[in-house]
Amino acid sequence: MTITLSHLLILSGILFTIGLVGAVTRKNIIMILLSLEILLNAANLAFVAFSRALGDIHGQMMVFFVMIVAAAEVTVGLAIAVVLVRQGGTINADEIRGMKG
Amino acid sequence: MIGALAWVTLLSPLAASLVILFGTWKSRMMSGRVAVGGMGLSFLSALITLTHFIGGKAGDIESTLSWVSLPGLSLEFGLHLDSLEVLMTLVVTGVGLLIFIYSMGYMSGEPGFSRYFAYLSLFAFSMLGIVLANNFVTLFMFWELVGASSYLLIGYWYDRPRAADAGKKAFLVNRIADFGFLIGILMLWTLSGLGGESRTLNFLELEGRIRLLTANGALSPTNLSLIGLLIFCGVMGKSAQFPLHVWLPDAMEGPTPVSALIHAATMVAAGVYMLCRVFFLFAGLPHVLDWIAWIGAFTSIFAASLALVENDIKRILAYSTLSQLGYMVMALGLGGYTAGMYHLSTHAFFKALLFMGAGCVIHGLHTNDIREMGGLFRAMPVTSKTFLVGMLALCGIFPFSGFWSKDEILTLAFTYSPILWTIGTATAGMTAFYMGRLWTVAFLGEPRSHKHHAQSAETPGAASFSRSHEAPATMTGPLVVLALLSVFGGLGLPGFIGHVEGSRHLEFNWIVAVSSSLAAIAGLTLAYGLYQRKWQSAPGLLAVTQKIRIVLARKYFIDEIYAWINQNVQQRLAVLLGLFERYVIIGLWANGIAKTTGLCGNVVRRSQSGKVQAYALTFLAGLALLIYLAAGWQCIR
Repeated sequence: MTITLSHLLILSGILFTIGLVGAVTRKNIIMILLSLEILLNAANLAFVAFSRALGDIHGQMMVFFVMIVAAAEVTVGLAIAVVLVRQGGTINADEIRGMKG
Repeated sequence: MIGALAWVTLLSPLAASLVILFGTWKSRMMSGRVAVGGMGLSFLSALITLTHFIGGKAGDIESTLSWVSLPGLSLEFGLHLDSLEVLMTLVVTGVGLLIFIYSMGYMSGEPGFSRYFAYLSLFAFSMLGIVLANNFVTLFMFWELVGASSYLLIGYWYDRPRAADAGKKAFLVNRIADFGFLIGILMLWTLSGLGGESRTLNFLELEGRIRLLTANGALSPTNLSLIGLLIFCGVMGKSAQFPLHVWLPDAMEGPTPVSALIHAATMVAAGVYMLCRVFFLFAGLPHVLDWIAWIGAFTSIFAASLALVENDIKRILAYSTLSQLGYMVMALGLGGYTAGMYHLSTHAFFKALLFMGAGCVIHGLHTNDIREMGGLFRAMPVTSKTFLVGMLALCGIFPFSGFWSKDEILTLAFTYSPILWTIGTATAGMTAFYMGRLWTVAFLGEPRSHKHHAQSAETPGAASFSRSHEAPATMTGPLVVLALLSVFGGLGLPGFIGHVEGSRHLEFNWIVAVSSSLAAIAGLTLAYGLYQRKWQSAPGLLAVTQKIRIVLARKYFIDEIYAWINQNVQQRLAVLLGLFERYVIIGLWANGIAKTTGLCGNVVRRSQSGKVQAYALTFLAGLALLIYLAAGWQCIR
């Protein structure tokens, strides 16, 4: 059995769903950040899959951009988590009320 | 060339005012000189302009700048010259120059000397603007500017509550009148486009346009009459015709030269002048003209009766101004374009003279009350003699200028409306009586102010008589010039003014001349007898006139009636409107909108839980919706 575009896209979809559910349901900010990474990498996988299927290098180029953005996002996200711990002593997303309208 | 001169005439007082404001503010003498210089330049250019108009008509000269130019709306800022404007420019700048010089002497002790001259120059600029304007927009701008500078000058001594109040009163009364005037102008503007041409407010264009539109029936006489009445409303304010006359006597709280220039010679005549300027509007409206004539006649006799018992020298002159303005308005109402303008010019000369004479007396004695004067003839010979000339001119005694101009008006009235002629002649008699009374009490007899010596030696008025001496030459000089003008100033004027379509002019009439002279002489004799020969101390006379004198002294209770209306009608309306504002405008409208917004905010803020993951979920739902819609769109295509 050869690995076709469909297989890769299904895998990407599974990964995206896992990430999405994780990001919405987990209460720990660290876990939310990890889920976001899974989301991004699911998208990356889809990019690479299409790139290979269509023989177009642009999809792979886009992956590098996403990786760089993901690195920056994690840096900022972790920094925010550290500050939250110092100020409120918690990284539980439900207990953070600073953004309530 | 002449167009440029008109601009010089108009702008030099403004330049003087600006120079004083930004340059010579600190230096009193320089400010005065700059103002006199500006006015002198203006007068000079007016004189040069005159040479072009003497001998043969030079026609209409216009010089315009485009001001607003939009599709369907083009306004210009323009000047216009013909013999009417040249005459009025000469009166304004000539009398103005004399009064500027006089002010140098009269105001010499004042701390606000520079301010005074800045205001006065501003006034001269605005007044010349009214005179030279070639369209209603420019005229109205200057009309308001004159009102503003008049307000500033009446309230010149702003630390005196009475002066500040008088300024406000003048401004408000004029606002009421100008409101009507503005509506009239706007109506004229709208209706001038009836024939399909572009709308206009230019006097020359309007003249032809109105004639055309009335001829082909596009402009109904009703509409034109309404416009005429509304424009006359503006005249009633500026020229202080009944019932909007109340501001003028109070305006006497300003410095005397201001009263002479603004509230006697020029500004109050602006209304009459404007009627002449737009006489073409009224030429075909006999009913409106009748109305104007009656208002004028009523004002003239009404004001003259008020002057009979007044004791304040300036207020007597103010009522006399009202009365003479009534004459002019009556003349125009009778179609006497030439007569009205003629009387305006001569009146400017002798009334400015009288006010400046009164100024000299007040300057010397520090009192306005004629009962505290007396015996001034010996102390102030020049003032007394020139004042006598002005008085005789005002009373219309042959051969002073006032005789000729008043005679023209009365002849018109005699021919077209005997009732108005009777009123006019009676007014002439009353004029002679109150001026005779003023002259007899103030200038003849024994000095009476020494009675103050016993009461208080420290007050400024105490030693007034001993200090009453002739005023300095800067003050008496202009008096002499004006006295000459009051005698000879009217010669040849009617011919120069000329005629316009619809105006009337009549030849000399012996019956009118003799009857008005007799009325004047009777008035003077009666005054002399009553106040010099002491007829008035006859007990019967006192009792009979007691009630009349009370009514007159209270000015027919007009101020009280206005105050009552103000309190009972206007105030109650204001309370009602106040409630409306509080509950409807503020409560429902302004606060209502705010409250609705707040309420919506309170509902919507519940969705802002502050939980990031809830946002993420919403975000997801939105995305799903978008994808669904996009897919649906694809299917439809």
